[in-house]
Amino acid sequence: MSGTQHAEPAVGTPPASGPQQADGRTARRPLALRLLARPEVGVFLGAVAVYVFFLITAPPVREGSAMANVLYQSSTIGIMALPVALLMIGGEFDLSSGVAVITSALTASMLSYQLTMNVWVGVVVALMVSLGIGFLNGWMVVKTGLPSFLITLGTFLILQGVNLAVTKLVTTNVATDDISDMDGFGQARKVFASSFHIGDVQVKITIVYWLVFAALATWVLLRTRYGNWVFAVGGNKESARAVGVPVTFTKISLFMLVGFGAWFVGMHQLFTFNTVQSGEGVGQELIYISAAVIGGCLLTGGAGSAIGPVFGAFMFGMVQQGIVYAGWNPDWFKAFLGVMLLGAVLINLWVSRTATRR
Amino acid sequence: MDSSSPSRSRSIAPVVAMAAAVALTLAGCSSSSGGKKSEESADGASAGKASTPQMTVALVTHQSPGDTFWDIVRKGAEAAAAKDNVKLIYSADPNAGNQANLIQNAIDQKVDGIAVTLAKPDALKDVIAKAKSSKIPVVGLNSGVSEWKNLGLMEFFGQDETVAGEALGNRLNTEGAKKAVCVIQEQGNIGLTQRCDGVKKTFKGTTEVLNVNGTDMPSVKSTITAKLSQDKAIDYVVTLGAPFALTSVQSVADAGSKAKIATFDLNKDLTGAISKGTIQFAVDQQPYLQGYLAIDSLWLYKNNGNYMGGGEQPVLTGPAFVDKSNVEAVAAYAAKGTR
Repeated sequence: MSGTQHAEPAVGTPPASGPQQADGRTARRPLALRLLARPEVGVFLGAVAVYVFFLITAPPVREGSAMANVLYQSSTIGIMALPVALLMIGGEFDLSSGVAVITSALTASMLSYQLTMNVWVGVVVALMVSLGIGFLNGWMVVKTGLPSFLITLGTFLILQGVNLAVTKLVTTNVATDDISDMDGFGQARKVFASSFHIGDVQVKITIVYWLVFAALATWVLLRTRYGNWVFAVGGNKESARAVGVPVTFTKISLFMLVGFGAWFVGMHQLFTFNTVQSGEGVGQELIYISAAVIGGCLLTGGAGSAIGPVFGAFMFGMVQQGIVYAGWNPDWFKAFLGVMLLGAVLINLWVSRTATRR
Repeated sequence: MDSSSPSRSRSIAPVVAMAAAVALTLAGCSSSSGGKKSEESADGASAGKASTPQMTVALVTHQSPGDTFWDIVRKGAEAAAAKDNVKLIYSADPNAGNQANLIQNAIDQKVDGIAVTLAKPDALKDVIAKAKSSKIPVVGLNSGVSEWKNLGLMEFFGQDETVAGEALGNRLNTEGAKKAVCVIQEQGNIGLTQRCDGVKKTFKGTTEVLNVNGTDMPSVKSTITAKLSQDKAIDYVVTLGAPFALTSVQSVADAGSKAKIATFDLNKDLTGAISKGTIQFAVDQQPYLQGYLAIDSLWLYKNNGNYMGGGEQPVLTGPAFVDKSNVEAVAAYAAKGTR
């Protein structure tokens, strides 16, 4: 509700009058309106609305530790939602991203355990594997021209099967062995899964990575040539190619970026929980994609931002944990999640429509 | 197609290079602790081999892929098959319709016996009747303790989930717990719901149910953390699977809660946690025994006409409590993945 109050005075402001607007129309519109027209502002207001809602209905949310927990949940979604969003801006999407996280964690864990090597060896090989999966996805999409939906649906199923079958073959169980007593584990845990204190609130390091990656992605999108390429290939591949944008490189690198994200989140899971169950990760890809869509990335490509998915992921984390903090009947969990998210998307849509109306 | 080969060799090159690098640095990077080298090579249970003619048995479960629990069931079935000179055909599908198709497949193969789980009994009713009319003996295991007789199964091996829940509830009473949260990792699974209902029935304190998304561990972790900080009165976390118990250890620490943890089902990491005292106890339904007995019973029936449980009563494999007092005896088997 508080979100709409912000919006109203802006809408009420009369736009600057006609004749002066003949050229540079958008540049002359009031700042507030121009701001609202940006895709991430709608989701920002939606996130604020959800936050305020739970601040009122769920008293524990007012504590710092609860916010740290909500942000942790958001960060494990958000770190993956970022490259997934960039990929969507580039006009493709990736259904294999959820199980790819587990593939990466399984690779690192089994390789170091079975060969009794320092876990960093596993971590590096897992990075290679994850980037390789991204490369293959991208390469197949570019070379065949088939929709990425089909290609990555294929790799999703392949990875799901390989995760299970290879784990079973190698460990004779369907979960990996505990690697927490191996060399390098302590260091790797510090890098991927440590936490620090702000006052007496324990903050997980993934939150920091999440925000740093988001800032980095924003800079790349808005300030670099590569960022322009991403928007160009998502907007219109052929005209982008005509003006000299390396379409193949851009698309493949975006898929590899998703691979990098999968590796990073996979390492976080491995070094947080010591073991990995091979059946996990299924369904997560839709959550990443949802966070990106709620964050203002179009399913058709060519539009979006890196900061939008940050708020998208925050909304997921906030709603998921907020229901629990509020102590509501958990049977309604998923339904409530859906209603809140639909509501947020509608606020998002309404704000951007109001803002762009002239 | 022409362009595919050079590109593919480019994509493989870094992988090959990496593999070579790994091989070269293998000595330098080896871990001095843990890992495969420290794992004891232990053989599974073995009791020689029957000289009876080979028979074929199908085991059809509702396992979803990559679940540690079902792996143990399968290992038990494989051990019995090896001992009884049985050719075991294992198949599984969590979707009841697909499971029925797999049973039909076994009937078409003219197997000598079928063992099935009855997670959704109604969907399997017809195909089980078909197996009976084809004169194939069918036994049940794991789920369906209240339905197996109605469906005309010969024998049943498993745990009554409600009874197991009740046993855990009673145990919570003796531990002096006041408020428990029962964590369900798969919403809508009847066996899991029955466990929590059983706990609710006998536990004198308050029992609350918490649904979590079992395929996403970080979210399981933060959801339990959230519940514990929302309700400081919770002094026992009850999980329905070993991996979730281990995750809730971290949630308890993150929430700064004093809650203790109990769980259904075991695995090897969990036995370690029980001996360290981070998890209080586990209710073990002995999945290995379920798989083993299901196959062995079909062999006994074919070769000696026996019925376990007299064909009237289910053979219960649980609840067996594993706590600090007996965990050492169980740990060695859990390490092999058979408990």
